[in-house]
Amino acid sequence: MTRLGVFICHCGKNIARTVNIEALREKVSTLPDVVLAKDYLYLCSKPGQTMIADDIREHRLDGALVAACSPRLHGKTFAQTAQRAGLNPYLLDMANIREHCSWVHIDGAEGTEKAFSIIKGSLGRLRYAEPLEPFQSPVTKRVLVIGGGVAGIQAALDIANSGHEVYLVEKSPSLGGHMAQLGETFPTLDCSSCILTPRMVEVSQNEYVHLFSYAEATRVEGNIGQFQVTVRLRPRYVDETLCTGCGDCVPTCPVVVPNEFDQGLGARKAVYLPFPQAVPAVYTIDWDACLNTDKLIICENCYKSCEARAINFLMEPREITFEVGAIILSTGYELMPVAHIGEYGGDGYEDVIDGLQFERMLSASGPTGGVVRRPSDGRIPQNVVFVQCAGSRDPEHGVPYCSKVCCMYTAKQALLYKHAVPDGQAYVFYIDIRAAGKGHEEFVQKVMSEERILYLRGKVSKIFKSGDKIVVWGADTLSGRQVEIEADLVVLAMAVIPSSGSQKLARTLHIASDLGGFFSEAHPKLGPLESNTDGIFLAGAAQFAKDITDTVSQATGAAGKALSLLANDFIRLEPTVSGVEEGLCRGCGLCASICPFGAVTMSPSEKTGAMVAGINPVLCKGCGLCAAGCLSGAITLKGSSFRQIFAQLEEMV
Amino acid sequence: MPEGLRVGYFPGCTLKTDARDFESSALAVAGALGIEVAELGRWNCCGTVYSLDAVNLMPRLASVHNLIRAEEEGFSEIMTLCSMCYNTLKRTNNLFTSKNNGLAAINDFLCLKPGYSGRVKIYHFLEFLREKIKPEQVKDLVVRPLDSLAVAPYYGCLLLRPKEMAIDDPEKPEILTPFLSALGAKVIDFPLNNECCGAYQTAMHPEAVARRACRIISSAQSEGADMIAVSCPLCHYNLSALQGMVRSTHPGLKAMPIVYFTEIMAQAMELDYKTEVEAIPRDAEPGREAVK
Ligand SMILES: Cc1cc2nc3c(=O)[nH]c(=O)nc-3n(C[C@H](O)[C@H](O)[C@H](O)COP(=O)(O)OP(=O)(O)OC[C@H]3O[C@@H](n4cnc5c(N)ncnc54)[C@H](O)[C@@H]3O)c2cc1C
Ligand code: SF4
Repeated sequence: MTRLGVFICHCGKNIARTVNIEALREKVSTLPDVVLAKDYLYLCSKPGQTMIADDIREHRLDGALVAACSPRLHGKTFAQTAQRAGLNPYLLDMANIREHCSWVHIDGAEGTEKAFSIIKGSLGRLRYAEPLEPFQSPVTKRVLVIGGGVAGIQAALDIANSGHEVYLVEKSPSLGGHMAQLGETFPTLDCSSCILTPRMVEVSQNEYVHLFSYAEATRVEGNIGQFQVTVRLRPRYVDETLCTGCGDCVPTCPVVVPNEFDQGLGARKAVYLPFPQAVPAVYTIDWDACLNTDKLIICENCYKSCEARAINFLMEPREITFEVGAIILSTGYELMPVAHIGEYGGDGYEDVIDGLQFERMLSASGPTGGVVRRPSDGRIPQNVVFVQCAGSRDPEHGVPYCSKVCCMYTAKQALLYKHAVPDGQAYVFYIDIRAAGKGHEEFVQKVMSEERILYLRGKVSKIFKSGDKIVVWGADTLSGRQVEIEADLVVLAMAVIPSSGSQKLARTLHIASDLGGFFSEAHPKLGPLESNTDGIFLAGAAQFAKDITDTVSQATGAAGKALSLLANDFIRLEPTVSGVEEGLCRGCGLCASICPFGAVTMSPSEKTGAMVAGINPVLCKGCGLCAAGCLSGAITLKGSSFRQIFAQLEEMV
Repeated sequence: MPEGLRVGYFPGCTLKTDARDFESSALAVAGALGIEVAELGRWNCCGTVYSLDAVNLMPRLASVHNLIRAEEEGFSEIMTLCSMCYNTLKRTNNLFTSKNNGLAAINDFLCLKPGYSGRVKIYHFLEFLREKIKPEQVKDLVVRPLDSLAVAPYYGCLLLRPKEMAIDDPEKPEILTPFLSALGAKVIDFPLNNECCGAYQTAMHPEAVARRACRIISSAQSEGADMIAVSCPLCHYNLSALQGMVRSTHPGLKAMPIVYFTEIMAQAMELDYKTEVEAIPRDAEPGREAVK
């Protein structure tokens, strides 16, 4: 390349504050082959882009360098600018003088010198850049939604209602997720089931929805537009097509185990329907609890009682495979187990429960029929202590973040308790109240002022049992005193954590998760609905703790993202993938073993018949591991060739 | 009797004065178990509880001196009886083994060549027992089983906090249980067994410490304990010496014997050790016959 142009951005004061733009521009203009060096206040703005495009044309530039922010932010913007000006977008590169330079320097002289070095290196790299053409890949117009809580239900309905097929895969026997367990919902106090169950029915009846409950996605291969998915259906031991949901089997089953839908407060049989409104309304045999084993049938009570002949003890797990163009992850959350907090009794006291258990108590269809009772003796508690931030905002317990929903649901639960037991006393320990949603602060204020609930600002240090009371030790930082409350029941607002198995799923899908284990979004501000893998979108509490309103908004957003992908017959894929120089490959297969995405296959060369590596550009994510690993230098990552990288280094050192 | 167990012993000041019973009983028990306890030739005050501040290294020099001596005298493992000595020495030692260590600064300050290595391992006697002695070995030595005596182990804070020092689960400590069970005692778990006894507040605000002692004792009592076994001279003092004050304000509180865990071990083994107290009460109370 002989005609290079350099465009330096001030980014307002973001870059100009620590980089002397004028001096930099002058110095850059003296570099070999640089025919033009310009600066501008905001290159990403319309006039900025127009300037670049005009200069590319006018000065017949065969390479352009934009020295500005990270290409992660505006790489696409400037690539389009180059395209409009008739320059192959891969001949325009970016030098990051903001995140890598001005933001991390205070001293102007140092900043300017480093910016120059970065630009010089980038020019070295640009000199060996080659024009590349994106390639096209067809889009399969179906979507997979993993997780059937309110997020998954909403996303599936939005997609189905637009006339596209959806596969909805739910791990448990029924749709609904945690919302199905809630009594009434803040800040409006509508009944959770009343708003959720119609949606559950709608999803199960929609002809575009393929619903797989008691199932998990075990393998996902491929890339945006074409994901090959394997789903494993766990055996229910009840034939879904024959079960009428009559429930005749239940009374005959001799096994009683804790009901997970009631958070262990109630009991169920080994053959069960998680809750009366479950969808699909078919029974499941919990094989771990059932007396029968794979080798031995000991009990046939349910089999005998089933007139529909739906029970089948020999049912095997099944696998199905299908292809989709996009995936939405909505695997939700769990609560940190109470056992994690030793100072609160570590799950040793029956009358110290978590927020979801209390929700089940409040629910009219819950184990106590909506009456608040102590689990230990069934008495109606007169003193109830609610402890917020139990595990949250507490790095000691591994959760530094705020769980976002508990201030609100604690206020709701305290209010519902007071309505149920008007002469009872409720105490709430809090660090500070976070009620930032619409109508949320008003809700909390109303609860505080009208319900005679004692809000105590401080942390609880210890909870222990004394006689039949639960003693709570805490601090009231407003009065500066230590408080001791003899409670009948303690409700811990345990930290919201990602659902178990989400790490495994992240590995299956090759997507990243954050330090808390929630799926990472592509960009905290500009890409909150996308994972960092193209074609995989995020919805609900799987991305981070959030309430139903935010969950539904994000689910609809993710569905919209998936649908806009499906609106294309083909998608353009980045050409920055690895390629093999067949003549240099000696067929060792190291690259095939290195590639985390299964993009490399070894097969006989068409020309010579010897084994050589071949890379599937659709599967390749352009990570460059194979190129770095190849002992014979036969693999090049397009757009980041060794020649480019070495040239960049040489210019910089 | 197992052979060849040898460990350096850092007594600390109190063990030679107010807590002589603790020392003599512990040495007797160790002897019976075949542990050779070799007291350091020279030692000074452990440094006592200093702040958790990691920047100011000055308060730690007393500990460092002891660690250096232990190393010079050829000990790779030393043991303490006092919980506080354990905590102070271990915390200082951890400073040397943690990433952001103060080793260089301290060695420079003391003009030490070659300097302290940080390699001495600090044990509390309880930890030493757990790691090197099986409860059955204790059981084999019991002559006078403590059947039907309900003993509540009380750990206080210094064996358990900060978390990095903990010799056991800080919220559910159980390290004494197998040994007390081996003596035949009924072990009482009570929720306040890991609470602070009030520590040095006893000098300034004895009434505040008395209140704490009252809580701790009555909690153990309401779980059915006949006595409380401790492993720290200061806990011992606060729970026993202040009982008079406690009972003047809380007349209902029954007297609660406070003993070092080694005392009941020694007495159950009928070991001859110098003491002024009879840890296991011989006065007749229901359920005590077996002890006699
Ligand atoms: C005690 C409590 C009270 C609350 N009260 C309110 C309230 O009053 N108002 C409000 O707005 N919000 C409330 N919330 C928040 C509300 O529960 C969440 O906003 C909502 O449930 C999030 O929905 P979701 O679909 O993202 O996740 P979830 O409800 O957790 O659903 C996730 C679904 O995915 C399934 N799943 C998990 N992993 C997999 C897998 N690997 N494969 C397949 N399926 C999988 C799960 O089985 C589940 O069905 C409350 C939360 C708590 C803890
Ligand atoms: S939402 Fe409230 S209770 Fe929950 S972690 Fe945040 S501040 Fe604590």
